[in-house]
Amino acid sequence: MPPKASVEQVREKAEILDGDGLRRAVTRIAHEIIERNGGAQDLVLVGIRRRGVPLALRLAKKIKEFEGIDPPVGALDITLYRDDLQTIAHQPVVSGTDVPCRIDDKIVVLVDDVLFTGRTVRAALDELIDLGRPKAIQLAVIVDRGHREIPIRADFVGKNVPTSRREVIMVNVEEIDGHDGVSIGEML
Amino acid sequence: MIGQRKDLLGLEDLMAEEIVSILDTARTFRDVLDRPIPKVPSLRGLTAANLFFEASTRTRLSFELAEKRLSADTVHFQTTGSSVSKGETLKDTARNIEAMGIHLVVIRHTAPGAPHYLARNLDAGVINAGDGTHEHPTQGLLDIYTMRERRGRIAGLRVAIIGDVTHSRVARSNIWGLTKLGASVTIAGPPTMIPAEVERFGVAVAKSVDEAIEGADVVNILRIQLERQRTILYPSLREYARVYGITSERLKRAKPDVTVMHPGPMNRGVEIAQDVADGEHSVILEQVTNGIAVRMAVLYLLAGHKAPGETAAETPAMEAKPTHGEPSLPPRR
Amino acid sequence: MASPLCLRGGRIIDAARGIDRVQDLWIAGGRIAGLGEDAPAEVRSHPRPEVIPVAGAVICPGLVDMHVHLREPGQEDRETIETGTFAAARGGFTTVACMPNTVPPLDERSRIEYVIRGAREAGHARVLPVAAVTRGQLGEALTEIEELAEAGAVAFSDDGKPVHNAEVMRRALELTRGLGVPVIQHAEDRDLKGDGVMHEGWASTRLGLKGIPAAAESVVVARDALLAELTGGHVHVAHVSAARSVEIIRRAKSRGIRMTAETAPHYLVLTDEAVEGYDSRTKMNPPLRGTKDREALIEGVVDGTIDCLATDHAPHTEIDKDNDFESAPFGIVGLETALGVYLKALVEPKHLSLSELLLRLTVNPLRVLGRPGGTLEAGTEADVTVFDPARRWTVRASEFASKGRNTPFDGWELRGRVLLTVLAGRITFRSEAFEPSVR
Repeated sequence: MPPKASVEQVREKAEILDGDGLRRAVTRIAHEIIERNGGAQDLVLVGIRRRGVPLALRLAKKIKEFEGIDPPVGALDITLYRDDLQTIAHQPVVSGTDVPCRIDDKIVVLVDDVLFTGRTVRAALDELIDLGRPKAIQLAVIVDRGHREIPIRADFVGKNVPTSRREVIMVNVEEIDGHDGVSIGEML
Repeated sequence: MIGQRKDLLGLEDLMAEEIVSILDTARTFRDVLDRPIPKVPSLRGLTAANLFFEASTRTRLSFELAEKRLSADTVHFQTTGSSVSKGETLKDTARNIEAMGIHLVVIRHTAPGAPHYLARNLDAGVINAGDGTHEHPTQGLLDIYTMRERRGRIAGLRVAIIGDVTHSRVARSNIWGLTKLGASVTIAGPPTMIPAEVERFGVAVAKSVDEAIEGADVVNILRIQLERQRTILYPSLREYARVYGITSERLKRAKPDVTVMHPGPMNRGVEIAQDVADGEHSVILEQVTNGIAVRMAVLYLLAGHKAPGETAAETPAMEAKPTHGEPSLPPRR
Repeated sequence: MASPLCLRGGRIIDAARGIDRVQDLWIAGGRIAGLGEDAPAEVRSHPRPEVIPVAGAVICPGLVDMHVHLREPGQEDRETIETGTFAAARGGFTTVACMPNTVPPLDERSRIEYVIRGAREAGHARVLPVAAVTRGQLGEALTEIEELAEAGAVAFSDDGKPVHNAEVMRRALELTRGLGVPVIQHAEDRDLKGDGVMHEGWASTRLGLKGIPAAAESVVVARDALLAELTGGHVHVAHVSAARSVEIIRRAKSRGIRMTAETAPHYLVLTDEAVEGYDSRTKMNPPLRGTKDREALIEGVVDGTIDCLATDHAPHTEIDKDNDFESAPFGIVGLETALGVYLKALVEPKHLSLSELLLRLTVNPLRVLGRPGGTLEAGTEADVTVFDPARRWTVRASEFASKGRNTPFDGWELRGRVLLTVLAGRITFRSEAFEPSVR
């Protein structure tokens, strides 16, 4: 299990995508989603809280630009589906899941910033399935950093970044962090 | 856990922020209840024991549902204190719970302080589901939750609590929670049912029901149980209904959109008139639904407490996510 | 002649005779031989006296507790005459009056004799039995008062319960009047008490526990004052807890009514706030009351309205007492902590001098019971207590001699440690905290 990182414990080592780079990655993933699904019909974008949500909103905006269809965007709080509630010291704050439409027979694109062990995505899949029965679920991430613990892979990846377990990938989005960019850091 | 707490014994013990955090968490669970599959796996692998030393249907069912919707395993024990001495049972129960590896205990007991006794003697988390005439914290929380949903706030609300305050655990929990969150609470009831030095709760004592209801945002009506108390406290239910019963006529003194609440079960035609119970202002059934969400929140928050033999791991299994700012909520479409 | 005992260099406080000075106390043949030079020459010149240096400690007449529950016969799992009187010795008491609410109650000559015999065999303290006022303590038919007095009963009481019926109380006062013994009243209106478990006030309101109003005690005190006036009998009010009761007793005394009173240590240092947390070790009857009551009691002790300081030592088994508050029985133990708690409540804050305190712990209760003693006068039986008023110690209930461990004072640090207890010239308790004796 990766050690918990907090801001104080991490030293930033290098920027691997600047703001423009991150925006280009989002644009590219939007194109790929449209291409893969033959358009934007029946698409629902669902961001995993917290940074998956603004990323999903950006993807939706791009898709509207390209296709003229405004896909619904939802937010998923996977806290209640975590598999480690019994091993952490405090119950995490629950901010709530907010999926604004039914997902039955839709193509749900799950959006998150970083794909790592795969456990977050596992929890998100469980929760999505409790919410309905989509036609398909696809996964979009900005960074895939490897070290999977369960058999999950992303359908759309902004950038593959091989990392060590000591390292931390920080995806910064303007909506939460005040600026865009992806950097790699090391735990102290 | 709630703050650093292992137990929820009463709202007297909680700080305002802790109450708010329970209410906020309850809102998430209220949404879960509306899903096609109204169940989450959060408490999978945990066992909750519901110990009812006093007859109860509603509260027991509500807790049971809350536990099941969190995927906890549940066991039940119900006794109405027959041949076995109350005390022995409680002490033996504590030892049994310890031996069975139960994580959370929900206890309803006729003796005030019985949950405190268990909490002192157990590593498991203890939730007070009503201890005699002391407190009923989850009822207080669900009442306050319902008020907040209905009125949009608690601070500054005018809440009237009508009935037998002396013997009401619901009243005590309401009063503690509401006053901590800044509501202004007025009570009214027979003078024989208003406890000593009650104004030290920070509540006003009205001389009549009419005075208490005047301009109220919320009227919370307590169940009257004359049969269980000595009839010396009040002459008759008929007299009670006449003097303290809430009728639609009386309700006209409250705000036009007043919210009417009752913890149930109701004595229709006694403390609450039929048309008030079923009327437009009544949120009594909503209270019941909200009760499940509030109890889920309490169970979820207390489950963070470590049961015996477990140690809090230093590291979470999920991806580390350093954060730099406040979460941005997606706009609703 | 057997070796005399010399308590050397202590501060002798014989409050009844106005003595407070540093001197040797000589004991010979079970009796007080004298103070310092006043002891006979043949005692002082004995070749091998047992000398115990007690410099810095107080030597006083043996303490007297006029309100103790020894639980025997019938409740030996809670206390026995043996354990209860040894607890008394450890607490510095040489005389205790024991209450009749045993199983069966002390309402028969044979049972009074049983207690006296048991106490003599145990040998730790004098036991003065209090007999029941009514048969079976049922509040109806009177016991055979004269015969019981003849057998050794020093007072009559239905303690544990009040004498509820005013007519019964009146007749008991009339019948005891001529015997010079009091009727000790557990003053409580049973209807006002109802099923209450603590003082009625803000604490009971908050805790949701059924309250017992202070008036439950005071109405009976008022009634009994009137009955004492009517009959000329002597009413002694047990364990006074309420401010109004103090006022009523003060008024009765000023009118010449034969009314005396006692209180217990816990009422002077604790209030109903201590019940917070539902600790059953704070449950007793009458209950811990409010701050104003506590203050009024101290005032009543100071001005003599309350004559005696007792303990209401009420042992219970852990199985019974370690329970939720409502289910747990009323009562706490007191013999082994009383002196320290009274010093803390009354002497440390300078409400009373040491001498004034000891008056209320020795001669006063004996006078209430119409008994001699309570002084260090030469020729009287040598019941003596030695304690170090400055020595700090921590209460450890687990180390009590009493079978009862039910005390709210467990873990308290107190000042005033009993070093030596002497009963009729014989040492019944010697503290391990004591310096080794020199021969």
